[in-house]
Amino acid sequence: MSTSTMSTFNQALIRVLPSGRKLVIGIPFLWLFLFFMLPFFLVMKISFSEAAVSIPPYSEIYNFVDQKLQVLLNLGNYSLLAADDLYISAYLGSLKIALLSTLMCLLIGFPMAYGISKTRKEMQNVLLLLIMMPTWTAILIRVYAWMGILSNNGLLNAFLMWSGLTSSPIEILNTNTAVYIGVVYAYLPFMVLPLYANLVKHDQSLLEAASDLGSSNFNSFWKITVPLAKNGIIAGSMLVFIPVVGEFVIPELLGGPETLMIGRVLWQEFFNNRDWPVASALAVVMLAILIIPILLFNRSQAKEMEARA
Amino acid sequence: MKRFSFSTLMLVLGLLFIYLPMLILVIYSFNASKLVTVWGGWSLKWYLGLLDNTQLMGSVARSLEIACYTAVAAVALGTLAAFVLTRVTRFKGRTLFGGLVTAPLVMPEVITGLSLLLLFVAMAQMIGWPMERGIVTIWIAHTTFCAAYVAVVVSARLRELDLSIEEAAMDLGARPLKVFFLITIPMIAPSLAAGGMMAFALSLDDLVLASFVSGPGSTTLPMEVFSAVRLGVKPEINAVASLILLAVSVVTFMVWYFSRKAEMNRKRAIQEAMDQTASEAWQPQPQQS
Repeated sequence: MSTSTMSTFNQALIRVLPSGRKLVIGIPFLWLFLFFMLPFFLVMKISFSEAAVSIPPYSEIYNFVDQKLQVLLNLGNYSLLAADDLYISAYLGSLKIALLSTLMCLLIGFPMAYGISKTRKEMQNVLLLLIMMPTWTAILIRVYAWMGILSNNGLLNAFLMWSGLTSSPIEILNTNTAVYIGVVYAYLPFMVLPLYANLVKHDQSLLEAASDLGSSNFNSFWKITVPLAKNGIIAGSMLVFIPVVGEFVIPELLGGPETLMIGRVLWQEFFNNRDWPVASALAVVMLAILIIPILLFNRSQAKEMEARA
Repeated sequence: MKRFSFSTLMLVLGLLFIYLPMLILVIYSFNASKLVTVWGGWSLKWYLGLLDNTQLMGSVARSLEIACYTAVAAVALGTLAAFVLTRVTRFKGRTLFGGLVTAPLVMPEVITGLSLLLLFVAMAQMIGWPMERGIVTIWIAHTTFCAAYVAVVVSARLRELDLSIEEAAMDLGARPLKVFFLITIPMIAPSLAAGGMMAFALSLDDLVLASFVSGPGSTTLPMEVFSAVRLGVKPEINAVASLILLAVSVVTFMVWYFSRKAEMNRKRAIQEAMDQTASEAWQPQPQQS
């Protein structure tokens, strides 16, 4: 092969192949589109189908007979969700548990993050490691650890009876209290980490200036630190609130029969009742509720990225 | 000063709250008594019993295999995504891209799991793949959400990198690909390692996604543990849980230690280079003249 044919071949190849830039953007985009975004449309589609005794267990929503395309949208799953108290109270229960535990995480996590940001630099690294380590450890195991502690003959009740606070064991495991403990326990690090990342960037001279001008510690904390930490607070709260709404493991292991959470109901519809269309409808409604918090989270992430650049 | 001591107190209490339950779990895994709430002296029998449990050992091997594949793929995909987010500033659909990268961090797992399963079922009907769900489908599910974590870690590092080093290399005629592999990758290597370890740990943990997209005969370790835990606290599970805690702690500590060491080496090298140029520039040279 002569050099000239070689170079024309190369030019043709360059024209056919996507440029490096397109490839760099294209690969992650395509993967995320195919395995993250596209599936949501499928969930939406199947939420309009009917449950059927077949493999897969749902009916097709369109058919093509005699050159006519028929699309059958079955709204039955959604009217079922609206009509049955179980689903509505499960959504409300999830939102309530998520909201309250986000608040508790914020109240506990903010002083912790603040405390870390005020220590020496080497100490900060060690403390961050201590906070980060549990997030890499199976949530299943950390929740399981509480099962042994909270049970009727567990350590907590043994301690309460030994100290004379109660005479008989209090039922904590399999109640909503246990769910709150478990959720705060599991999600606390996700609140502390973004708060710390934000607080550590604060300019200390602002606080010094305020105190020189006679502002009390509490006043400058409330008027300077908290507003500056806004993006961190939003990011941390969303990192807790959104996943907790759909949480399955914690209510299943620590909660009782009265703990109605939507993630658990969806799981039961899917695995126990094998009703894929109803499970899909539950997921679509959950996503509709969460879309605003998710957008808020994405925006705070984008802002955080700009702030650092 | 008062607020400072309050936050320190909360920090100590918070850390106790995080670590005490795990410590109790580990202590009780050495309990000789079959009753999980009664202390019957120290024993290793639950650990030794694990070795005979072939079903459990099979699921451990499967989980480790998936976690390895996931770590590799998530680092590759997450680094690409982070690079696009930090270096390619303008292109069509950038906002959508940013959203797609960060949304998996918060998306409830039941939604992601269900939607991926429906995708795999639809794909099997349309193109005949995947014929059966198992390791590959779990790997795809894990890679998708772990890549988001890697992207966050790596993009934080990419953003604080000095762009002038990459620009200097390009000015000297290096092609972008060469710059990326010879300059950028070595500089972000610690965060790549951290991201990879994180993906490994997250994949090893995951119960919900794996439950949705796994098929018959591909039970992972968390699925095995979950079905046992549902029936209550058991000493064997205490032992498994303690081993997982140990493995994750060692891995986390290693990541932390090596990334710190690399960071310190880098800082020292920069300092030395600066000292050297400074001393050379200030060298008085009257002897020669």
